[in-house]
Amino acid sequence: MRVKISSVAVFLAVAFASAGFGQSVEIGKLEGRASTGKVLYRRYCIGCHGPEGDGNGENAAWIDPKPRDFTAAVFKCRSTPTGTLPTDQDLFDAITRGFVTTNMPPWKPLTNQNRADLVAYVKTFSARWEEEKPGPAIAIPPEPPITIAGILHGRELFQKNDCWKCHGPEGHGDGPSAPTLTDTKDNPIRPHNFATGSRFKCGISNQDLYRIFMTGLDGTPMPSYADTMQPADAWALVHFLRTLQPFHTQEAATWKAWLPGHREEIKAIGPEGGSGASP
Amino acid sequence: MLFWRSVNVRTLVSLLMFVCVGFAVLFGEIQPAYALPIYRVRAIPAFARKYGLPCSACHTAWPELNNFGQVFRDNGYQLGNDHDSPIFQNPSYFPITIRITPNWHRESTNHQPVDAIPGNASSGLVDGKVIQHGFDLSGIDIWAAGTITKDISFSVLPSSDSSGAFHFENAYVRFDNLLNNHWLNVKFGKFELDNLISEKRFLFLSSNGGLYQNHHFVPVGDANDFGLGVNQLGVELAGHSDNSYRRYGVAVLSSNNGNVTLPSNRSYDTYLTFSQAFEAGRFGLERLGVYAYIGERPTFSLTSAALSTAAGNTIAIPGTGSGNKPFYRAGFSGDLFLGELEFLPFFMHGQDSAFLATSTPANLPLPVGAHAAAWNGGLVETHYYVTQQFVLLHRYEIIRMSQQALPGTPAKLGNIDGYSVGYRWYPIMFSRAGLAWHNEYSITRTQGAVPLSLDGVGLPPLLPTNGVWSSSILLGFDFAF
Repeated sequence: MRVKISSVAVFLAVAFASAGFGQSVEIGKLEGRASTGKVLYRRYCIGCHGPEGDGNGENAAWIDPKPRDFTAAVFKCRSTPTGTLPTDQDLFDAITRGFVTTNMPPWKPLTNQNRADLVAYVKTFSARWEEEKPGPAIAIPPEPPITIAGILHGRELFQKNDCWKCHGPEGHGDGPSAPTLTDTKDNPIRPHNFATGSRFKCGISNQDLYRIFMTGLDGTPMPSYADTMQPADAWALVHFLRTLQPFHTQEAATWKAWLPGHREEIKAIGPEGGSGASP
Repeated sequence: MLFWRSVNVRTLVSLLMFVCVGFAVLFGEIQPAYALPIYRVRAIPAFARKYGLPCSACHTAWPELNNFGQVFRDNGYQLGNDHDSPIFQNPSYFPITIRITPNWHRESTNHQPVDAIPGNASSGLVDGKVIQHGFDLSGIDIWAAGTITKDISFSVLPSSDSSGAFHFENAYVRFDNLLNNHWLNVKFGKFELDNLISEKRFLFLSSNGGLYQNHHFVPVGDANDFGLGVNQLGVELAGHSDNSYRRYGVAVLSSNNGNVTLPSNRSYDTYLTFSQAFEAGRFGLERLGVYAYIGERPTFSLTSAALSTAAGNTIAIPGTGSGNKPFYRAGFSGDLFLGELEFLPFFMHGQDSAFLATSTPANLPLPVGAHAAAWNGGLVETHYYVTQQFVLLHRYEIIRMSQQALPGTPAKLGNIDGYSVGYRWYPIMFSRAGLAWHNEYSITRTQGAVPLSLDGVGLPPLLPTNGVWSSSILLGFDFAF
């Protein structure tokens, strides 16, 4: 009888662990627990991401872009190299920040503990978390001063790297390739429109934008430029992209101050190859 | 599917327990009442449809807001994803919500004057018990709310009683994030006072439980019509931190208790509120707040007596109230979590001018020995969230007169005790609509006065020393779409 009870206890313990409810994460001083996260997931997330975490919640059919499929463990916003798992902090930040221009709201009104618990539960949907470690966080070098030379160099890179083909010559997300883009699940996906929204999908700061170039947005056509772009080039591109936003940024001010006397020196971005002039 | 996955043994045991308790109460010896309309509270499935979020995202148990819902509301019904403006919605989307509660209820009130020989008006009155029960309807809310464009939101809520007589429960426009700042938001129109413990969003529906006694109490014989739970007309400046942990509100309101057509006078009241929340680890989010309402009411009008017109009708001249006398309500409240257990403590101190408390016009002398009426009140409400689809409810409420306006008035006259227990089970909680099975038992004891229940009917007891017990049992389907 004692053996039977022990066997049952072991079986239950294994089943419990394999269901992921024993999983926990450390985010700063917080310990997130999957068992608590499950309750929160059912309350807040299940409608879109679904009970199985596969992005097939009851609302998924009506949502564009589609909810994240946690079973694939592929995440757009990471501090880690393309193809690797994000850190727990990355997931925590993504839940906190939400995804601008999508149905994923910022969950900052939840307590830090709640969000840590959700991270722990989200990680139970894929075996990747058991088999792999998150990649190393990429280094972000100090941001150089904003100069017109840097902005023009960024403009050159925007043309040279064919960014405009998706994001459009003016950064409105209307490049010639835009209608053809799909994510890794073959769902249509729109490039970011720099003319709307105060934020980017993965943050708001220049550092966040730099990180997006270097990590890419996994699961989308936005690649990582970590192997092809030097840090100085990436910063130049960051400073140029800021001029496409309808805000009073320092980059925009620098650009607007320079532009009136130099319009004829630059060519429009697009198929004809409008590279920036050197001032 | 969501429902069946969420039902576990604990849920079923709790459910069975409460059904048994409900029937025991129903068929047992219980205290008395009158048939009363069901008070309704608020939730907006139209927002769930707009954003694809389940009810539970914004509500601990609808209609009570959780902090995510509070932030959404504080942001002017915006999630802040640059997708809130209606221009981003499917053109077929229309932000309309309806809510109604078909129900069966039983009301019982004792110490009522009834015919000594029922049906014989000349037989005299004796102390008796009145019981009513049957199937009934609540009123209905037909609510439109949302964003007109980014950072401009609105709410219009035509609401009826169970007979279909409509009024505007609220109607306002709100300008959000002025100067791109969460701390500057202006609301204009008729709206709920920013109570930390909202009577419009609480979880009780019955005649005796479906209102906070504290939010409507005035001493016996008092002419003041003010109720903290009544939506008021005016303008509000409010603000909040990014996650609404810190909130404030300052409102200037017409002294009309929310009634339209300027029926009372030309003065204005002020309402102030502030709250601060803090995280308590695994316990959850804890919030404490303070509030104060400072107002005045007229004690006589420009036309001191109703005049007869040529047609034989009497006329009154609205908005000409004079002889204003002051009153105030002030206190603190909280919203405290111990995991799935939620406590809502509330305290109020109220005071009405001697003129209001004795219904004496300010141009006449006060009765000898009259002074301001004062009282203290409070409540503790408890919710236990067995799951996000099943919640157990409890409330205890108390009001004690600390100073009667007239020296000869019994010290306990008007005192109230209220108890409520119940549960709400949400078998349907989609991101499109919601349905709850509601079962509640509420009982109040009012010393020497008409019970403060939702229809306002009933008679004072034969003796002012009698405590009138009034109870309600309600079983109903509360649904919102």
